[in-house]
Amino acid sequence: MQSPLPFFPEQASNFAGNVDALFSYILVTAIFFTVLVTLLAVFAAFRYRRKNASDIGAEIHGNTALEIGWTLIPLILALGMFAWGAVIYVNYRTAPKDTLDIYVIGKQWMWKLQQPNGRKEINELHIPVNRNIKLILGSEDVIHDFYVPAFRVKMDVVPGRYNTMWFRPTKVGKYHFFCSQYCGTNHALMGGWVTVMDPAEYAAWLSGESGDVSPVSAGEKLFTQLACTTCHVPNGTGRGPSLNGVYGAKVLLADGSTVTADEGYIRESILQPKAKIVAGYQPVMPTFQGLVTEEQILNLTAYIKSLQTQPVPAKGAGVAPATSGKK
Amino acid sequence: MSATAAAPVKTLPEHHYLNATYGIRSWLLTVDHKRIALLYLVSVTFFFFIGGFFAMLIRLHLLTPSGYLLSADTYNRMFTMHGVAMIFFFLIPSIPAVLGNFFIPLMIGAKDLAFPKINLLSWYVYVVGAAFTLYSMVSGGLDTGWTFYTPLSTIYSNSAVAPAVVGVFITGFSSILTGLNFLVTIHTMRAPGMTWFRLPMFVWAHYATSIVMILGTPVIAITLALAGMERLFGLGFFNPAMGGDPILFQHLFWFYSHPAVYIMILPAMGVISELIPTFARKQLFGYHFVAAASLAIAVIGFLVWTHHMFLTGQSTYAALAFSFLTFLVAIPSAVKTFNWVATLYGGSISFDTPMLYAFGFLGLFLIGGLTGLFLGCLGTDIHIHDTYFVVAHFHYIMVGGAIMGYLGGLHFWWPKMTGRMYPEWLARIAALILFVGFNLTFFPQFLLGYLGMPRRYHVYPPEFQVYNVMSTAGASILAIGYLLPMIYLTWAAFFGKVAGDNPWPATGLEWKTQSPPLTENFEVTPIVTWEPYDFHNRPDLGLDAVASNGVAPAHGDD
Repeated sequence: MQSPLPFFPEQASNFAGNVDALFSYILVTAIFFTVLVTLLAVFAAFRYRRKNASDIGAEIHGNTALEIGWTLIPLILALGMFAWGAVIYVNYRTAPKDTLDIYVIGKQWMWKLQQPNGRKEINELHIPVNRNIKLILGSEDVIHDFYVPAFRVKMDVVPGRYNTMWFRPTKVGKYHFFCSQYCGTNHALMGGWVTVMDPAEYAAWLSGESGDVSPVSAGEKLFTQLACTTCHVPNGTGRGPSLNGVYGAKVLLADGSTVTADEGYIRESILQPKAKIVAGYQPVMPTFQGLVTEEQILNLTAYIKSLQTQPVPAKGAGVAPATSGKK
Repeated sequence: MSATAAAPVKTLPEHHYLNATYGIRSWLLTVDHKRIALLYLVSVTFFFFIGGFFAMLIRLHLLTPSGYLLSADTYNRMFTMHGVAMIFFFLIPSIPAVLGNFFIPLMIGAKDLAFPKINLLSWYVYVVGAAFTLYSMVSGGLDTGWTFYTPLSTIYSNSAVAPAVVGVFITGFSSILTGLNFLVTIHTMRAPGMTWFRLPMFVWAHYATSIVMILGTPVIAITLALAGMERLFGLGFFNPAMGGDPILFQHLFWFYSHPAVYIMILPAMGVISELIPTFARKQLFGYHFVAAASLAIAVIGFLVWTHHMFLTGQSTYAALAFSFLTFLVAIPSAVKTFNWVATLYGGSISFDTPMLYAFGFLGLFLIGGLTGLFLGCLGTDIHIHDTYFVVAHFHYIMVGGAIMGYLGGLHFWWPKMTGRMYPEWLARIAALILFVGFNLTFFPQFLLGYLGMPRRYHVYPPEFQVYNVMSTAGASILAIGYLLPMIYLTWAAFFGKVAGDNPWPATGLEWKTQSPPLTENFEVTPIVTWEPYDFHNRPDLGLDAVASNGVAPAHGDD
């Protein structure tokens, strides 16, 4: 697979080719300027080397045209790099709709990963090729970072919030993943393998022995156990807003602003319910900080995400209408 | 006053700052900026060797994928303490507190800095901070990374975090005091005729650096105070379980620590801007643009900090803005580089050791600066963030740039500081060894980074071994390259050939006084009537007044 002195790692995701192309563009520019400046300096060093001990140099102060030139040309080249990089980054930070969502929890010093059907893995991730994959990342302790060099993607895993990352594996195979944010003693051991499989093989693997409950059904059970159902009534008549279809919708808040209900918002609303109060409702929900584990929060989030029926507008404007928010 | 250049055997002047008074008290209670600079020289060299020792252990350990030398915890302590020693106790004070302290008053024709006692205080503050940090190193060590990221540092680490944080907190004040002293001195104590645009570029660079020191350092002090309180008293500023935010720590930390990079590199750029005109015997090309570039770096440098945090989950818009600003801050560095090369054109270039360091700096800073583009660029940063690419990049800037500048400056000014010359050929060989060793150590790390090897790993997959072996081999050569100057410069300070007042000759005011200088620097306050780096109107230098290299003079538009 590799030469003795490799340069590019394997390209195995939708981002890999573009990142490598951008890298090569910057590399060519960098080499051009390195060679240019080095040649000029070496040329000058020989051509203008001192011949007699008391020689001095020519009387030259500067040249405004040159100064403007070597300010503007690098600036234009740099802005090109910025723009290309920005396009890749915005694409990377904006996951498509049709993703296969995998829940990932980092803790000192292991990764717990869970498939949508509940199958759990430790330091292993199995995914189908050519499918958009979204990882929803949470941490139980310190900051970690999920990094797959062959996919050219990484994202910090930060306690107290969810980060997400997405990619589409394009090549069947087995690839390293690493923790790339220093997290203490065994940081270097906190890695594993991503196995990219044919869809059929993946389906077979997924249906294999597991016995794990899916995050959605675990979440549903918790939702009842924690008595969330008392207030979050599906038809919107409860003391809290209905959660049907809330995921991905724009939520109108009491202070007049709106927020998109993503994983981070759901998590925050569970742990710090008073941070963002939905318009038309009272801040009566208690915090669940310390009462639920990271894994349970993930399960609750997965369940709330699964409630994808039509939104029920209730008691004012819990969920802003899709067409117009104006009265 | 000065020994004439034609004198057959040069001797040291009868009275100078080194023999003005004797005894330990005369050093520990001195308010002479030159003696304080030497106190700093000894202390930062001590930390350089501590940091270097840790670096050597790191490189030896990484010779094999399974790491044969250190345990995971010990390895983590080594790279953390390497970073803390090198950044806070060597790189940040090195050029400003040693060379800046010694030469800013001499270069502007002043008797001392504006606040000599505050200058001494700054050294004591540094020593107290250093003592706390050393205590941390011997009483359990520190394993948080030099970046002290929370909540690892505040809750989870089992090492001696608190004393280290207190030490770095205290040392920050020495930086603030030094910056304050420089700013006031440069504003108020310039000799008659030393106008702003006659200032040597070294002084301009320190002016810009001082701004960063004064505005940035208080923020790291606050940040570490908050982290310290969280660690010691369980307050939850950065602890999500208590409603705090660990990312807030990173914002505050990098608000200082990114500009801190410019505290390290701007003074080195100042040194290079002295060396190139001196050894090309030619005015600095585009003086005003080089000075303005220093200020631009200092100002824009404050607005790029979240480029260390593109993958923390920060807002996409913030990432776009900060990436854009990061590309802007690259431009003034490019402008400086082009001006340095243009200065060579039509010069009369010699290859004395300081000039070799200047050439070395050019090459390494070029690579260091250009590789910054890959990291400031959002698309490529996703892949190489927190890999060895970053490690290689900042070592090219800080070691290739800042330390080459520091060593170049030490060689250039050693005859002024000690009155004696270092052994020229040995020094040239050492410079060459350093250059080769440096590149062999750090260039393979770019390749490791792009291949995906993360930073701060005590073991690694076997496919990364080849480049790690190269890097370790390079580090061994590099170590020799650093030991040699330490030995022969010390030797030369006592036994070197007497240098005379202006051995190169160079045009700055510091060369108009004796070597080593008097405690008062100048017998009579000098009056400046010449432009900086002007070799044409300086009969006192004993050089030809007309260029003999056939390049036509070009006046006017700098």
